[in-house]
Amino acid sequence: MAFTLYSLIQAAILCVNAVAVLHEERFLSKIGWGVDQSVGGFGDEPGIKVQMMNLIRSVRTVMRVPLIAVNSVCIVLLLLFG
Amino acid sequence: MDYTATQGGFRQRKLQPNMRLRNSSVDGSDGSQLFEDTSGVGSQGGAYMNPQAGPQAAGFPGQALLSDPMSNLAMAYGSSLASQGREMVDKNLDRFIPISKLKYYFAVDTVYVGKKLGLLVFPYMHENWEVSYQQDTPVAPRFDVNAPDLYIPAMGFITYILVAGLALGTQNRFSPELLGVQASSAFVWLIMEVLAVLLSLYLVTVNTDLTTIDLVAFSGYKYVGMIVGVVAGLLFGRPAYYLSLLWCCVAIFVFMIRTLRLKLLSEAAAEGRLVRGARNQLRMYLTMSIAAAQPIFMYWLTYHLIR
Repeated sequence: MAFTLYSLIQAAILCVNAVAVLHEERFLSKIGWGVDQSVGGFGDEPGIKVQMMNLIRSVRTVMRVPLIAVNSVCIVLLLLFG
Repeated sequence: MDYTATQGGFRQRKLQPNMRLRNSSVDGSDGSQLFEDTSGVGSQGGAYMNPQAGPQAAGFPGQALLSDPMSNLAMAYGSSLASQGREMVDKNLDRFIPISKLKYYFAVDTVYVGKKLGLLVFPYMHENWEVSYQQDTPVAPRFDVNAPDLYIPAMGFITYILVAGLALGTQNRFSPELLGVQASSAFVWLIMEVLAVLLSLYLVTVNTDLTTIDLVAFSGYKYVGMIVGVVAGLLFGRPAYYLSLLWCCVAIFVFMIRTLRLKLLSEAAAEGRLVRGARNQLRMYLTMSIAAAQPIFMYWLTYHLIR
């Protein structure tokens, strides 16, 4: 119950890391969530699964480089201050 | 602009749906400033301060520092630096936090707050839940009781923290750090709820003009019910807490459903006609779950305050 903003930031970093390590070839394609399987028809709405796949792909594309920096900062801080 | 107080003066539907766009056209003041600058000094240059200081400074030997031309120069330079810094802060702050959009949400008055609080605890008699528009921009909350605002959620949040401190104090469990813990807990739950709603809105691809700040406002309306429940529990004991919390939970549930129905569902479904189709059903489930999450949070954030 005693949440702080710091624990929210930690949880957010862990979640984004979890999404970023999902490998495209080795994992996502195997379970049918790859990029090549998301090209649906040109209907009016894409559906939840396609939205999820797009979200995962965009998070991985956007957050790759900032995650390197954020993770390094986190590691250094944890080493210094426990 | 001449606003009429009646609902008939405004259009009820937008001409074109605005995707997450809201700009304030209600006040004519400069949108980049946070507050109006009512001191006459800061807006003029630093050089104007000196003619007033000059003749007075000559009479005081202790004020000889002011008549020194070097310190005049330094004062002028310092004040111009300060005004430059303020401009830079204003410009950059507007990029991160949309100050002009936030001003729209605080354009409230006492009548609106009274009516809205009454709606939050008794939404059953209200008939017209649509937000009025004026040429595609939403009308300020001052003129329309259905428009979301941020004043009630902000005040409700602060009052909730104070009431939580009071409740903990009556049980001899109070310490000043607990106020901070309560505040950050409630804030974190608010952020998580808004993020969850945003994620679910993205997944269901709802074309709506609900902005993030609207969602924060809707999530903040539950603090009113929580405060009523906790205060009733403090005054009259546990049965009163459960009764008033139940009443407020049902009221917030009905309020959220009636408000979100017009924003999330398609036009036909919003008018009550039964529309088949998986998409509308999914949207209905989404509305129901957002509304049902409110009582859960209300109970979760208050049950530990009443022992």
